This record gives sequence, structure tokens and C-alpha cells, in this order.
Amino acid sequence: MERQRVRNLFIGIFRRWILVFLVSEIVFFTVFGTNYFSLKNLQNILLASTTVLLLATGQTFVIITGGIDLSVGFMVGFSSVICAKVMVELEAAGLSQALAISSGILAALLLGLLPGLVNGLLVARFKVPPFIATFGMYGIAYGFAEIICDNVPIISLPASLGTLGHGYLFYWLPGKTLSFFSKPENLTRLEMKNLISIVPNVTVITFVFIGIFAFILAKTKFGQHTYAIGGSMNAAERAGVNVKAHLVKVYMISSFFASLAGVTYVLRFITGRAPAGSARLIDAVVAVVIGGASLYGGSGTILGTVTGAMIVGALETGLVNLSIPTYNLHIAVGCILIFAVLLDQFAPELVHKED
Amino acid sequence: MEPLLEMRNITKRFGGLTAVDNMDMHVFPGEVVGLLGDNGAGKSTLIKVISGVYHADSGEIFFEGKPIRINNPMEALKIGIETIYQDLALAENLNVYSNIFLGREKLKKYLGLVKVLDHEYMNNEAKKVLNRLEIEVPSLKNKIRTLSGGQRQAVAISRSIYWDAKFLIMDEPTAALGVVEQKKVLDLVKTLSSQGVPIIVISHQLHDVFSVADRLVIMRRGKKIAERITEHTTPDEVVGLIVGTLAGDFEKLKQ
Repeated sequence: MERQRVRNLFIGIFRRWILVFLVSEIVFFTVFGTNYFSLKNLQNILLASTTVLLLATGQTFVIITGGIDLSVGFMVGFSSVICAKVMVELEAAGLSQALAISSGILAALLLGLLPGLVNGLLVARFKVPPFIATFGMYGIAYGFAEIICDNVPIISLPASLGTLGHGYLFYWLPGKTLSFFSKPENLTRLEMKNLISIVPNVTVITFVFIGIFAFILAKTKFGQHTYAIGGSMNAAERAGVNVKAHLVKVYMISSFFASLAGVTYVLRFITGRAPAGSARLIDAVVAVVIGGASLYGGSGTILGTVTGAMIVGALETGLVNLSIPTYNLHIAVGCILIFAVLLDQFAPELVHKED
Repeated sequence: MEPLLEMRNITKRFGGLTAVDNMDMHVFPGEVVGLLGDNGAGKSTLIKVISGVYHADSGEIFFEGKPIRINNPMEALKIGIETIYQDLALAENLNVYSNIFLGREKLKKYLGLVKVLDHEYMNNEAKKVLNRLEIEVPSLKNKIRTLSGGQRQAVAISRSIYWDAKFLIMDEPTAALGVVEQKKVLDLVKTLSSQGVPIIVISHQLHDVFSVADRLVIMRRGKKIAERITEHTTPDEVVGLIVGTLAGDFEKLKQ
């Protein structure tokens, strides 16, 4: 009886190993780092994780169907240069900044759906293995991005872009004032210093979209069919699910999130660059896999993926905090990935708690 | 009584090979018919003609007395002809009721805005159909992956029944099952036929076919060579007919 309870407790904890891992990470860096556990730093972790969070959310859908989307690595750059280019050109053409900025964002998000459409058609209609189809698109997206930006980063973007990209949801001066979207005016230097900024706009945008798609995956027919396709494409097809059309949509979701990552890149760095975010591809796949998704398809959740992305983000920020060179991050992330895959292989009952 | 399904002069050729040759067959409501024959006798081809996978080169199919054309598997399902293949076509990562409702999920409005899956409704409905068929599964929230082969077979069958199968075709339903499970699936076949659903069972396990089928249709080289009422024949006779050591009713044994 007692032993059984201890065993269940142990399994319960182990099943949530990623959560335990994340918490231990934060405790570790809080103890050994400086000012790690502070509102400012925690928000910095979120901000630094933006690209990984977005790429990983889209990637979760693809991996649940049993595929993988490698193209997102360069899709970020592709969409960032489109976004930046349209903004620069339209502002130069005499449009208002607001109009130039919104057109740039819209153009990037719309054109960003195109590579996903092509990926989806290649995988679903022409039976190209996802690895190959999206690897091809990886190169193509990069090439086009370099053509669009003429091999140089696109800078001198509309000045008000920073207000949006570097702004926070609300500002709080304890005991005095609370304001939304913009800093309260006429503050003394001391007051400026005490002003607390809460939730970066970019993080708000990120989590709004993650929330919407987490809902879609967990609660709707679309989500259910995504899992069904990953479980058995044959079963889904015979049950009347339009598997081909569904796969196309899934790859378009992934490229939409990559484009959104490109747009948030422009917002954060006020630059459009062809190789933007390319190093984040591996981190995104890691986040999805340590989040509990199986590379064989059929399982995975957005909550798990977000936790996985935060593990990577907390680690990266922590290493910087301890002044450890970040190339160690790649070693650590690689080790976590292999550990997670081994766990999936040899103890699936520990990873997939729903069984 | 009028047959629910009747086939007349069905022929299906693949190039020079005649897989099904001028075949007649009929099934009455509530009847279990065993379709027997050696590998390559044409059983599967015939079944695929009924389930819409293949299209017959000639011949007619009547369902409830009316001539029908089945151009694809979806049309067969709409008519009420369900085929349960050996691989069962279940998504192992989904639970029991999700599989029963796969592709035809019940939705409800969430906050009056978006449509979400109605898990409670699907769970209850699935429970009803499983109770009706006297199938025991620990919980309908269990994933198919955790079920035994017989339980999976039962889930596949209840899915067909829930969606108003008027006619069931089962391809090797007891292959790859343990002895106890085989018996359970055969009991299920009997329960279904007692509820009026006719079934064609393809099986190589003569013992199983003898225990459930009312009538046996025996095929050899694409032709129906004999038809027997199960009670009036023996496994020995049937084996003889299948392998060709006994002459069929519709052919002369070559000397």
C-alpha cells in the first residue's frame, strides 16, 4: 500500500520531469547567478525565447502529424526581410509610419504562408518525405531572403517601430500611476528609474497566438484530426478525414508561426536580416521533443512545447548570467534532446502521461 | 423473404486474369455467411467490389431489392455497407470514443462562439453502443494502444454499428487473436446477427466459420463452386471443396 503510493508519487513526479527540470534550472541560476529571479530577468527570458516559442508552437502541429518542418529556420529571415523591406519602401514612398508598419507586417504574414502551402502540397500530394521537402524550402527561403535584402541587413526602419517593439503592456509606478501601452508622461529621473514595466508587447503577441493555437489543438475537430493523422493516416483517411487538405493546413500553420517570428524579430531588433533566427530551428525542435511530442507522430501538447522552450530560454539566459560562453548552451541543449528521445524510446509510459 | 444484398453475374478482371468470374451471391437479413476459399480464390476481390474499392467489369448488385452502383468506399458507407479489414483502421493514440466518432465528431458551442469537441456526449453515446453489443472495455477514455486485439476488433465493430451499418463485411476477424478473444469476437458476430445485421465473414479458420455462419459459400479460381447450409455439411467436405478434391455443384471435377 505504502510502497505503491510512493511508487505512484515517483512516477507522477517523473512524468512531469520537464517541469521539475525547469524549476530546478531556475532555482540553480537563482542561487548561483545574480538577480536571476527578478521580474526584469524573467521577462527577459520570455523575450529572448520569443523565436523559439513561436517556431516550436507551429512545429508541434507538424511533428504530431509525424512530419517535421526544417524550412522554418530560414522562414524567419525570409519574413523579416519582407517585413522590413515593405516598411522602408512604403515610408520612402510617403506613406504614414503607421500604414507602412502595418502593411509590412501584413505582407510578411501573408507571403509567409506561401512556403507552407508549397511544403504541404509536396508532402501531402506528391508524397515527398517532409524532411526533404522542407529542407529544400529551407534553402529556397534563404536564397529569396538574400535577394530581397540585397545581401545586407535592412535598417533605417520607421522610427515609431521601436515604440511597439520595445514597449510593454503596462507600466506601473508603485503608489502613483498605472498606464497601458505607453510610459506615463512628465516623470522625474528618479520616477523613471522606479517605473516597473510589465509584459513586453512582443511577449503579449507571442502568447496570444500560442493560446489560440493551443486551444485549436486541444479542443477542436481540427486538433483531433491532427492527432488522428499522426496516429494512423490510414485510419484517418478511411474515417473520412481529408488528410491531404489537413496536412497542407498544418504546414501553413508552421510557416505562419515562422513568419510571425520574423515579424517579432523586426519589432525587437528594428532590422530585417536573411539569416535571422536560423540558429533557432534546432532549439525549436528540441523544445517540441522535450515537451513530450514523439517524432514518430501522434502525441504532443502546446503546454509541453512551451515548457520545453522555456527550458532552453532559461538555460541560455542563465549561462549568460553566469558569464559562461553560450556555445556551452548548444552542448547542454543537445544532451537534453538526446535524453528526451531516449526516454521516449525506452520509457514511453513515463513521457506520455495520458496512457 | 427478400435478400438484403444480392449480386448477380459479377465479373472482375485484372488484365488477363479473371479474379471473380460470373459470381452470384445473396445474403438475407440477420444471416451470417461464411465466404471460404484458398488464397487467390477471389474472396477479397469480391469483397472489395461490394465495399467500393474495385468496380466490377460486369454484373449487378442489388441492395434492399434496388439496383445500386458503388463507385468508391465512401458511397458504400453511405449505403450502410461497412467493411472491417484486418488492420481495423483505428488511431492507436486516440481513445475509444474518439475512434468511434473519428471523422464525424460531435461538436458543441463554446462560449457561444467556437465549436469544440463534445467529449461527454461522445463518451456517453459510445458507452450505449458498447453496452448494446455487450462489449466490455475498462474505460472509453483508454487509448486504443492499451487495448487487446479482441477489444480493438470490438471497437472497430461498434464504430460500424454506431454509424448504422446495415451490412457488415469482416475480413479475417479472428486472425491474430488469442483463444479467449476469438470466442468473444465470434459471440459478438452472433449478437449482431441476432439484432438483424447480416454479416459476411471471410476466414481461413474453418472452426470459427462453422461456429457462427448459417450458410457457407465456397469459391475456387474466381467462381462459386458450392454453397452449403452449415448444419448440413462437415469441415471435411468443405476442405475438399476448397482445395478441389471434391467436385463443386457448379463444375465437373477434371480427371
